[in-house]
Amino acid sequence: MVLMTTATAEPASQADQAPRPVLMKGNEAMAEAAIQAGCDAYFGYPITPQAELLEWMARRMPELGRVFVQAESELGAINMALGAAATGARVLVSSSSPGMSLMAEAMSYMAGSEVPMVLINVMRGGPGLGSIGPSQADYFQATKGHGHGDYRVPVLAPSSISEAVALTADAFEVAERYRTPVIILADGVMGQAMEPVVPVYRTPAREPAGWELTGAVERDPRVVRSLHLRPEELEAHNHHLQAKYAAITEHEVRWAGEDLDDADIVIVAYGTSARVARTAVERAREQGLRVGIFRPISLWPFPSAELAAVALGARAVVVVEMSAGQMVEDVRLALGGRTPIFFHGRTGGMVPTPGEVVEAVVHAAAVTAPHLAGHPSPDGTKAVTR
Amino acid sequence: MSTLTSDTRRVIYQRPEALVDTSTHYCPGCGHGIIHRLVAELLDEMHLAPSTIGVASVGCSVFAYDYLAVDFVESPHGRAPAVATGVRRVRPDAFVFTYQGDGDLAAIGTAEIVHAAARGERISVIFVNNGIYGMTGGQMAPTTLLGQHTTSSPAGRDAGLAGYPIPITEMLALLPGVTYAARGSIADPPLIGRTKAMLRRAFQVQLAGAGLSIVEILSTCPVGWGMTPTEAMAHVAHDVVETYPLGVMVDRLKVPATGAREA
Repeated sequence: MVLMTTATAEPASQADQAPRPVLMKGNEAMAEAAIQAGCDAYFGYPITPQAELLEWMARRMPELGRVFVQAESELGAINMALGAAATGARVLVSSSSPGMSLMAEAMSYMAGSEVPMVLINVMRGGPGLGSIGPSQADYFQATKGHGHGDYRVPVLAPSSISEAVALTADAFEVAERYRTPVIILADGVMGQAMEPVVPVYRTPAREPAGWELTGAVERDPRVVRSLHLRPEELEAHNHHLQAKYAAITEHEVRWAGEDLDDADIVIVAYGTSARVARTAVERAREQGLRVGIFRPISLWPFPSAELAAVALGARAVVVVEMSAGQMVEDVRLALGGRTPIFFHGRTGGMVPTPGEVVEAVVHAAAVTAPHLAGHPSPDGTKAVTR
Repeated sequence: MSTLTSDTRRVIYQRPEALVDTSTHYCPGCGHGIIHRLVAELLDEMHLAPSTIGVASVGCSVFAYDYLAVDFVESPHGRAPAVATGVRRVRPDAFVFTYQGDGDLAAIGTAEIVHAAARGERISVIFVNNGIYGMTGGQMAPTTLLGQHTTSSPAGRDAGLAGYPIPITEMLALLPGVTYAARGSIADPPLIGRTKAMLRRAFQVQLAGAGLSIVEILSTCPVGWGMTPTEAMAHVAHDVVETYPLGVMVDRLKVPATGAREA
């Protein structure tokens, strides 16, 4: 399902008319997309499987007279990003899971001090040093966690390299619109795979922000900070942040659906798992099963209402992840026990096969077949298989 | 600084413009007030305030931005040299300094200061060493003197248990990326004047486009040390300097290495 073919040469007359696909590696495509989006500065630290992103930036950013620094650690990289972004610069950092854990501290500070920045996490297997294989085990971390305190960060999950290119530009726009860090949650396959893409680059417009640090010339000094020692003041700040998160939840939900119109079984998957699921849907439909895919693109805000509406007409939902079951918790919250939920996950750097997903779909279809349709437990937990 | 008024009274001492007219949260006898003033005087005298972006660190001095009338970004604990690196790289014309305590710079932030120094980042580091974690209630710092009683070394710092004070500025002075490294004190007016000269030199190094400059300033924490302000100043003057001798450790702007740019 990951296309490895190179683009074939076209006659010159045709090449003039249609943009020619280029073979791109995910990490490099995201790096170039950030450059084309107007990224002023990149800070990083080598880690597999995102190292090509850093290497691309090491070559390209100095060529363009922009900033590239290989930091002493992920702590160093993201704090450099904090400093640069506090001056209003458009800043990118990237890492993979263990590095993301080190970046958690500054994510909390940047959320608190409302500094926009884009962070790409090319997930690998965990916990601990784990493996360098692709994984989606950082879903909890990205959507619920990283650092301390009451905050949220928009999380965008690409499912193809073309989409990764588009989402990179979108991420800068969302970051600046809401003054927040934004995570692009990719996985080792998204980072390492090569496929022909017609990259559609975009440079989001820059709005004068009015908070950024430029030196106090003919204005009062500005402070970018997260410290509010008076509890009343900090509570007011938290109310302000929560209002912002409510606005993001209202306006920034993204998802895509395929074959949902007649679907009895809805597969919920994102990123590489969704790519596998697409192949599984084709095979399952060949067997006469009416299956569709609901693919969250924004993991936070999670498309809860949209999924609930889609699942209303379905017999069962099958969640597929490269984790032991993380997004499935948001699916349960979204569906509130109204639809039975099944789960299939692989961990540790393993990728589910289309065959496994078809099997999970067949199982879900059998268990929830109309002649058996007794009384699925209210929260669907009895129907969940691992 | 002196101005001639119409009735011929001469103003010889006044609040620098870069110092905010407000009351202080620092304890009586704390050295931060003196050091803030030195920084503010230099920002005025060297006309730096409008181009300055300061980096505040974690500790009592996080509130430096309440007293110094310049743009500031607040850093996580110890990360100020990394934050300053980010500011510096995207703002080549800004004047960038960090203001860090000894817990911040010499414990949790050692990686960040060492690598900012190794890269020769064009920033000035104001490193205030009072040998204790003041803000959290007077715990032992890596800079705490041997035998010194703190709330986390109640029997006195024991080298066998807690190791030795870190002469981190001397360590940094070894790195070619550090253009200027010096240690001053605020124990008496002549020393304060000398420290101001060190800070001025550090700022000049940055303006000259040379590498990292750092001035360590031996300061006081009377509350954390269990001393009166007067006793604390005497302690710095007579005891602390035994472990941390004053002086300029390196000034590479004066002696350019082969191929290095002239001052």
